[in-house]
Amino acid sequence: MIGADPAAAAAHTGRARAGEPFDPSAAAARATEAILRDTLHGADRGVVVDSPPGAGKSTLVVRAARELAAAGRPLMVVAQTNAQVDDLVDRLATADPDLPVGRLHSSDPHPYDPVLDGHAAVRASAKIADLAGLDIVVSTAAKWAHIKNVEPWRHAIVDEAYQMRSDALLAVAGLFERALFVGDPGQLDPFSVVGADQWAGLSYDPSASAVTTLLAHNPRLPQHRLPVSWRLPASAAPLVSAAFYPYTPFRSGTGHGERRLSFGVASDGTGPDRVLDEAAASGWGLLELPARRTPRTDPEAVAAVAQVVRRLLDRGAVAVSERSEEPLPVAADRIAVGTAHRDQAAAVRAALTGLGVSGVTVDTANRLQGREFDVTVVLHPLSGRPDATAFHLETGRLCVLTSRHRQACVVVCRAGVTELLDEHPSTEPVQLGVTVKFPDGWEANHAVLAHLAEHRVAWRP
Amino acid sequence: MSLITTLARMEAVREGRAQPLTTVRHRHLSERPLAFVPLTTAGEAGAPLGAMVGTDRDAPRLLIVAQPRDRDLRFAFLAELAEEIQPYLDSYADGIELEERKETDPETGKKVPVQVELCEDAPQLLVPSAAGVAFVRLLGRSMRFRRTAEQDPETPFPAPARVPLLGRWLTHYGERSRVPGSCLLLSLTELLSRHWATGQSNLEDQHLGSLLAWVDPPEGVSGAEAALRAESERDAHGQLRCPPAGPATDPAFDNKLLAPAMSRYDAARAEASQGVAGGEARLRLAEEELRRLLASQLRPTWDALWRGVDLLRSLPEGARVTDRWRRDRWSYTGHRDRVRAGEPPQPKRDDAVTAAQKLAARETAQAQLDAHEALDDPLVMAGRRLAGEAFAGEVIDVEMAWSDAKVPRPRPLVTVRTEDRPHLAERVKLHRVVADGKAQSGEFAGFADMDGPEGADESGESDESGGAGGADASDDTGASGAEYGPGGAARALVVRLTGGMGRGKQPEPGTVPEKGDRVCWTLFEHAPRGGPELPDPESTPWTHGGPPDAAAPAQGPEPDPMTEEDYL
Repeated sequence: MIGADPAAAAAHTGRARAGEPFDPSAAAARATEAILRDTLHGADRGVVVDSPPGAGKSTLVVRAARELAAAGRPLMVVAQTNAQVDDLVDRLATADPDLPVGRLHSSDPHPYDPVLDGHAAVRASAKIADLAGLDIVVSTAAKWAHIKNVEPWRHAIVDEAYQMRSDALLAVAGLFERALFVGDPGQLDPFSVVGADQWAGLSYDPSASAVTTLLAHNPRLPQHRLPVSWRLPASAAPLVSAAFYPYTPFRSGTGHGERRLSFGVASDGTGPDRVLDEAAASGWGLLELPARRTPRTDPEAVAAVAQVVRRLLDRGAVAVSERSEEPLPVAADRIAVGTAHRDQAAAVRAALTGLGVSGVTVDTANRLQGREFDVTVVLHPLSGRPDATAFHLETGRLCVLTSRHRQACVVVCRAGVTELLDEHPSTEPVQLGVTVKFPDGWEANHAVLAHLAEHRVAWRP
Repeated sequence: MSLITTLARMEAVREGRAQPLTTVRHRHLSERPLAFVPLTTAGEAGAPLGAMVGTDRDAPRLLIVAQPRDRDLRFAFLAELAEEIQPYLDSYADGIELEERKETDPETGKKVPVQVELCEDAPQLLVPSAAGVAFVRLLGRSMRFRRTAEQDPETPFPAPARVPLLGRWLTHYGERSRVPGSCLLLSLTELLSRHWATGQSNLEDQHLGSLLAWVDPPEGVSGAEAALRAESERDAHGQLRCPPAGPATDPAFDNKLLAPAMSRYDAARAEASQGVAGGEARLRLAEEELRRLLASQLRPTWDALWRGVDLLRSLPEGARVTDRWRRDRWSYTGHRDRVRAGEPPQPKRDDAVTAAQKLAARETAQAQLDAHEALDDPLVMAGRRLAGEAFAGEVIDVEMAWSDAKVPRPRPLVTVRTEDRPHLAERVKLHRVVADGKAQSGEFAGFADMDGPEGADESGESDESGGAGGADASDDTGASGAEYGPGGAARALVVRLTGGMGRGKQPEPGTVPEKGDRVCWTLFEHAPRGGPELPDPESTPWTHGGPPDAAAPAQGPEPDPMTEEDYL
């Protein structure tokens, strides 16, 4: 998996010296070794790992958990959602079928994925006492917060720590002595449905992310980052890295030409087909509809998104990647549609159903976090809007939407977003003591739009 | 802004007057609220200029600070304010009822019932606008750490009695007002804009005058026109006919009227202190003029505030408002107890655990408020239905079924015909209110054929026909038409009841809806639970800085050193 064009790949991080080929596997392995060394043998109570999209965060968590368990140090793992917990337990059990893993779950009906019942060494229970003595116990932060009166674990792994709120960490931090915090700083920040301004600037602002609070109180903790994205193709990593991670650049694990998308059926010349061809050739495509102010569920944009997906399936897309010798068809389950709002997702689902498409994942950015597909179709958060609110400008939202794909990403958007951005500079009040997040949504949106403009297909449906 | 609010605002523009957002009043209004209309001095944060205060709308008490830069006068004002407000706050402290509550016995560690006092009613403060609420907080912060001569004979600038106490109460009220749905301290602009949608922006709604102009325009004048007048109409002297609701004053008033009057006051005061003949009389005249000027700014807002109260009282109170007011009574009682126990004033900053507890409590309160409002009010529920968070319809079939457990439990399948488009996925939890006010739980079990409701699980197919059945789902308008359009085709949804049917094998009578019943299911819980218990502040974990330093003063870091500018 050596980059096909190491010189070009090296140029955008500026870290490798000229003439020295960049070996992504070696770079990633070095980072992992350093992380494991600090986790297993370091003196600090915490280790923080920043992981860009698709950099092997889950693999790292599984490996660290297994090594800790193998060293005779039982640990607890904190994830944020039940789906993440189930996925993690499944990965652990698949990697080591004999490893005793506990799945602590809620007392609701159907509390966990039945897939876990297929693993002999996995034990699931709603009571922590039932899981005593197991090497690894995994649960959500919400469930862990209810565990009381137990001997603290010597080790913990906190997964998706940047999506965990500071108050959630407060509720569970008494359960462990030291922990490995893993997460992606570029994704969506945690939020609160009520105002939390009164605590802005405090080191323990309960609405801030767990890592922000942790580092504010423990600034000397070792911080690592994973340097290689195995998910993003060579066409996407430079843009995502520059737009969302300007100070902590990463690179793609594959080089240009290693991944290819092609179609069995030629283009019919319509907008959706042309934008698919552009995306297959360059990794990015912008289907630009005429400027117009629309309701959130913009019927034309929703129909355009659905049409792109329909044509992607109809034209028999096949993907070449390092994962297999043969080109693999891009089936519905390898495609996702991302939106900003739930009603938009519902509208797209209805439109897809209307076109007879099923099996395609359609969801909001929040719910697509951590997931991976071959091709994604994104309804731009600012498309057709009269204003640019903090929600729609949030860097993490755009970052999640534009970093879920292994092959190509098509963005559907109405013209005029650049002007909209210029008319609505960020107006959030400056809070004393709060580190200004950079890049802000305004900057990141401009960076992405400037790049997408080179892959623009204007279309009037 | 939700779709239904947007719609109501567009209707308000078309009709030329505000449109109701609710059918009932969702906030408690006291029989005898205390109205407080404060004014602040331009250019000096936290320097009060004057206030109208009282419980009698026809006899407000006017308090002024003739020269706000004079700290003595400022304190005199705060002392007078305390004399007005504190007796009102205290007047509710002794009317109590006894409540039983479970508390952990410190010796045995067991939960034992104890009798506690709960005040029968609580004092309620009304201010004109959200800025007024912020000003109450600011006053509280500036007053609560003052020391009276009685508390500390050494203190160099003793505060008048009651001032620090009022500061603690205002702080408590200001903090409580951050809890969604709480009613101890309310602003009229927030109250009115919760219940009516105007044809202007949210920002413009913060102007009490123009908001009232939309809600209740004068005969024959459109809301937009009346609002424009309220905002900007000026008299021959360039003064606003409807002064702003404060606490900030209009600059034209400050420059043309207030500043000259204050200069005359200063001059008269200087003369009086030098013993110039007639100086005392001129000083009284100058002060009288200032009182008259400030009254001219305060009285219109005072009257507007009570007009708003009248409008809100014309709405019947929502059924669950009393429940929430009870929590306000607990909050009032709790603070009363802390004051009586001689606890120190609230700290400047919350510690990590307190901040997290407050945030969690407010999030729970928000979820409860949203649920309560929807259940109390079909118009609010309509908004939730439009947003895909609830659906209502007619029961067209009920099929008895039981769970596979050793002791089978009733799990009837209820088919509901609805035109709503809820955001459903398989096994999504559903909730509805049954006759006795209790909540019943269920889960979504799939779509049914409209003709024969047997095929409960043919979700894929029926879904498709449902989508296409809305005005051509494939054309331009189809997508939104299928989602929201009034012409969206009706679908049949199957709900599996999972609770609220009693303990037996057969559901208790009346707990399972019957064919022909109208039912309304929500995707949100009706009584959302609070978050987990947090550690005690003394066990704050290392990730959050460890336990607060007991040696550090509770009031945070030392104040900045005094400079010459502090003694202007």
